[in-house]
Amino acid sequence: MTVESFEGNNFYEDDRMKEIYTNEKFKVLDECIEKNKLKPGPLMPTLQDAQRIFGCVSEEIQEYISKALNESYSKISGVVSFYTMFSTKPRGKHIVGVCTGTACYVKGSQKLVDKVCEILKTPYGQTTKDGLFTIAPTRCLGDCGKAPVVMIDEDQYGHVTVDQIEKILKKYK
Amino acid sequence: MSNKVKILINNMSVEIDNDLTILEAARLLNIDIPTFCHDDRLNPTGSCRMCVVEVEGARNLMTACSTKVRDGMVVRTNTKNVVETRKGILELMWANHPNECLVCEKSGECKLQDYSYQYNVNPDSIFKPLNSRDFIDNSNEFYTFDSRKCILCGKCVQICSELQMTSAIGFDERGIDTHIKIKQHDDSIDGVIDLYKCVSCGNCVNNCPVGALMPKTKDKYRNWEVDKIKTTCPYCGVGCQFNLVVKDNKVVRVEPVKGGTNDGLLCVKGSFGYKFINHPDRLKQPLIKKDGVFVESTWEEAMDLIVKKINETKAKHGPNAFSGLSSAKCTNEENYLMQKLVRAGFGTNNVDHCARLCHASTVAGLATTLGSGAMTNSISEIGGTDTFLVIGSNTTETHPVIGVMIKQRVKKGAKLIVADPRKIELANMANVHLQIKPGTNVALANGLMNVIYNEGLYDKEFINKNTNNLEDLLEVIKEYTPEKAAEICGVSKEDIVKAARLYASADRAAIYYAMGITQHSSGTNHVKSMANLALMTGNVGKESTGINPLRGQNNVQGACDMGALPDVLPGYQKVFDDAVAKKYEKAWGVSLSREVGHTLPIMMNEASSQDIKFMYIMGENPVVSDPDTNHIKKALTNLDFLVVQDIFLTQTAEFADVVLPAASYAEKDGTFTNTERRVQRIRKAVTIKGNARSDWEILSELLTRLGLEANYNNAEDIFKEMASLTPIYAGLDYDRIDDNGMQWPCPTSNHPGTKYLYKDGFTKLGKAIFTPIEHLGPQELPDSEYPLILTTGRTLYHFHTKTMTDRVEGLKATVPDNFIQVSPDTAKQYQLKHNEFITVSSRRGSSVAKVQITDTIDDGVVFMPFHFADGANMLTNPALDDICNIPEFKVCAVKVNKC
Repeated sequence: MTVESFEGNNFYEDDRMKEIYTNEKFKVLDECIEKNKLKPGPLMPTLQDAQRIFGCVSEEIQEYISKALNESYSKISGVVSFYTMFSTKPRGKHIVGVCTGTACYVKGSQKLVDKVCEILKTPYGQTTKDGLFTIAPTRCLGDCGKAPVVMIDEDQYGHVTVDQIEKILKKYK
Repeated sequence: MSNKVKILINNMSVEIDNDLTILEAARLLNIDIPTFCHDDRLNPTGSCRMCVVEVEGARNLMTACSTKVRDGMVVRTNTKNVVETRKGILELMWANHPNECLVCEKSGECKLQDYSYQYNVNPDSIFKPLNSRDFIDNSNEFYTFDSRKCILCGKCVQICSELQMTSAIGFDERGIDTHIKIKQHDDSIDGVIDLYKCVSCGNCVNNCPVGALMPKTKDKYRNWEVDKIKTTCPYCGVGCQFNLVVKDNKVVRVEPVKGGTNDGLLCVKGSFGYKFINHPDRLKQPLIKKDGVFVESTWEEAMDLIVKKINETKAKHGPNAFSGLSSAKCTNEENYLMQKLVRAGFGTNNVDHCARLCHASTVAGLATTLGSGAMTNSISEIGGTDTFLVIGSNTTETHPVIGVMIKQRVKKGAKLIVADPRKIELANMANVHLQIKPGTNVALANGLMNVIYNEGLYDKEFINKNTNNLEDLLEVIKEYTPEKAAEICGVSKEDIVKAARLYASADRAAIYYAMGITQHSSGTNHVKSMANLALMTGNVGKESTGINPLRGQNNVQGACDMGALPDVLPGYQKVFDDAVAKKYEKAWGVSLSREVGHTLPIMMNEASSQDIKFMYIMGENPVVSDPDTNHIKKALTNLDFLVVQDIFLTQTAEFADVVLPAASYAEKDGTFTNTERRVQRIRKAVTIKGNARSDWEILSELLTRLGLEANYNNAEDIFKEMASLTPIYAGLDYDRIDDNGMQWPCPTSNHPGTKYLYKDGFTKLGKAIFTPIEHLGPQELPDSEYPLILTTGRTLYHFHTKTMTDRVEGLKATVPDNFIQVSPDTAKQYQLKHNEFITVSSRRGSSVAKVQITDTIDDGVVFMPFHFADGANMLTNPALDDICNIPEFKVCAVKVNKC
């Protein structure tokens, strides 16, 4: 399975956008912004709040934050695209991160990545059709002693083998 | 404090200030160090690494651009290590760069190409990785961004955020995926200017070291085939200096000049607005109207006809049946000749130009209170101002480079007060934004002065020494408590108090204003109010303070200086001053009228009533620029004979009997005087199209045919004659102004010019004068039939009546239609949708405009740009200021209807 075969597969984005931009959510974001404005460097916490509230920091949400914080859009976009914890598209309920840092890579994490994509029938970096999982590109998680490492949401799994993956994923279905 | 230190570079010793960098030290020694991201105007980042040098004792190579010198430092710029490192850097850049020099427009001026050659980079030896940056952003009207050619030096990011202060460019992603992302302008959501979105100034394009950011052009040229001619921008009054880049007698690009007024910065019109020069609509042959249709004629025939009509009219109706409109877009030399033609040739003082419509109230208001009707300070002094009061000026759109400089200064800590009915771009970074109702400037100024006086923040010493009439002013302003002023202006009392304290407590506070102050039926009084405010706080006659009217057009200051006004000869010398008149009579060999002529609006009234029979219009377009278009059209129709001299067949030219084709700024020599009184050269870069002629050549011939002496070989001859008769220009000549221009007054040939006015007090008047002024308000206010207040103004992408900007593809495409800005609540009230066309009507006419819903404007107020034909001026009120006859463009009552 190659990434190319999934190109242009935005099937699920449009439907969910309507659910994402609700007035209630923007109200919650406004409250967060008011609080964050009092801190030095309000951008990072606001983006984290937005990611939590909306499940993504889309271009529209970035513009909204740009106006609210009077911060340039280009800077916000730079921060959002720099950190993998932010995504511009809505992400799944669970975030699957197979570490591709140097140690994990040497220990064969690419095979784990391929296996995850195969099981979830979803290309690397994208979200499953049912909205349950996002396969997030993940760099070093700082636990190289247990390489290769897989992280699902807040849970971490060390010394993972290809055979174990399916079982681990099942826990979250 | 900087100390001197001694350092050694390549065994050469130099003693320099310790706040300099190694790069600056090396340049003093003429040692070349290669750079990509460096620019003198930016904070050095060392991001491109190309400038690495060896510093004795340092562990690694150091970046010369960001390393400060230390005493005893030993630097080597050409060791094997340095050279190989630089070569390595170039190879890494080349690895991600397409091998397209063969067809790249940057070739010849590309730093990557030049350095690769210099450092022997082998183009084939490098592994080309799969480039992840492979997009081309074509969405901007004026330039393209090719990410494949980008070397990620970050210069454009820095220029956009540190110099242009727009911050539309940033780095996206990270690692190998890092790329430049530009947030483009889009008008789908709100106002014309969106914060932090590209304003297409082109400053990044003009400074990209490689071919990543390139202007869009259809012209094919190589950088070694072109000539560069330095000249002055023909758009706004900032007077930016740039080079016209010419190939085969055609302007193919504009390139800013560092140093000077604009220090290498330009706006979208300066960078990309040159394409009208070669537009096919340019007039190339004189036209004579025969049976209602224009027919091409020879110069001989056209001139014969004009002279015949002049003589007939003079014989039949006398000199007062003539009038002439000069042009704020033409050179000083041409304005001088135009007023000479009207005064000496026609025998009347009926000469005026469109300064009447923008800053007549400034000329009248400041001359009577301070002594001179011009900007007191220089543009460069913005860098020393502590507090700005920007009132009635949307500076970032109307004078973009001055706007940028104010933003830079505010970012560095200066305070900013903005008073404007719209939340303009500057308001976004203001300490106080007073969103006043249109036409309430006087109440605001009186309210500010009330606070300043009552809190003892006025400058007692300055007032005693330099001013008269304070008591009368106090009598009036005591009524304008902050509460009362706040109520009239529709702002909060606290903001007025805050603004007053900010302005009055600053060491150097400067007022910047434009047509929000001047274009009212009590415009002269609005200007005098500004003078009161500055005088009360002693903010005149010092560097970086002052009262600064921003003049709108490239040479509107010069056209006024040249006496293209009905009451003054060149240099503001009164026509009724016998000694002055005699001086000119002697020079020109004719007798001159001592009677003050008609102002532009009165000329139009007189034309309408057929008292004026003959009108000569040079480079103006009153059908679009003047209030109440229908009235103007009637006036022009009623004339016996109308001559229009222009570069395009304007809406006004349609009414002419003879149209004469003129030269554009790129096709002639001369001088423009910018808003800071700086007289700067324009230079001929290309030859004139077809049979068109320079305005000065046309006027010279006409003068000669009317029997006056006008043997001018070139523009310089005219300048010499003018300077010899005009005291404020007397010390200027083409040699002295050649490099960087000079600021008047400059009375003698060894006078250095005047950076700021009133340094030695108000010598012209003895003392400056406080004028007590009551708030009057506009003459037409909303009522049940016309419930909305219309205010007018400019947009960044157009200039004046669009004669030029409409012929520049990108500008036209960016703002193609007349628009009307309304607040979200007003839109709801009248059920208006974003981007739909509606009819806007006033008591005088109606116009169609596209709705733009924006939260930058108050409820009940609407805004329209004045550039469009059959646009805002179909609606505006021709009510005039009694003193200077400026019309009330800024306020009238309108209603809106669905189309």
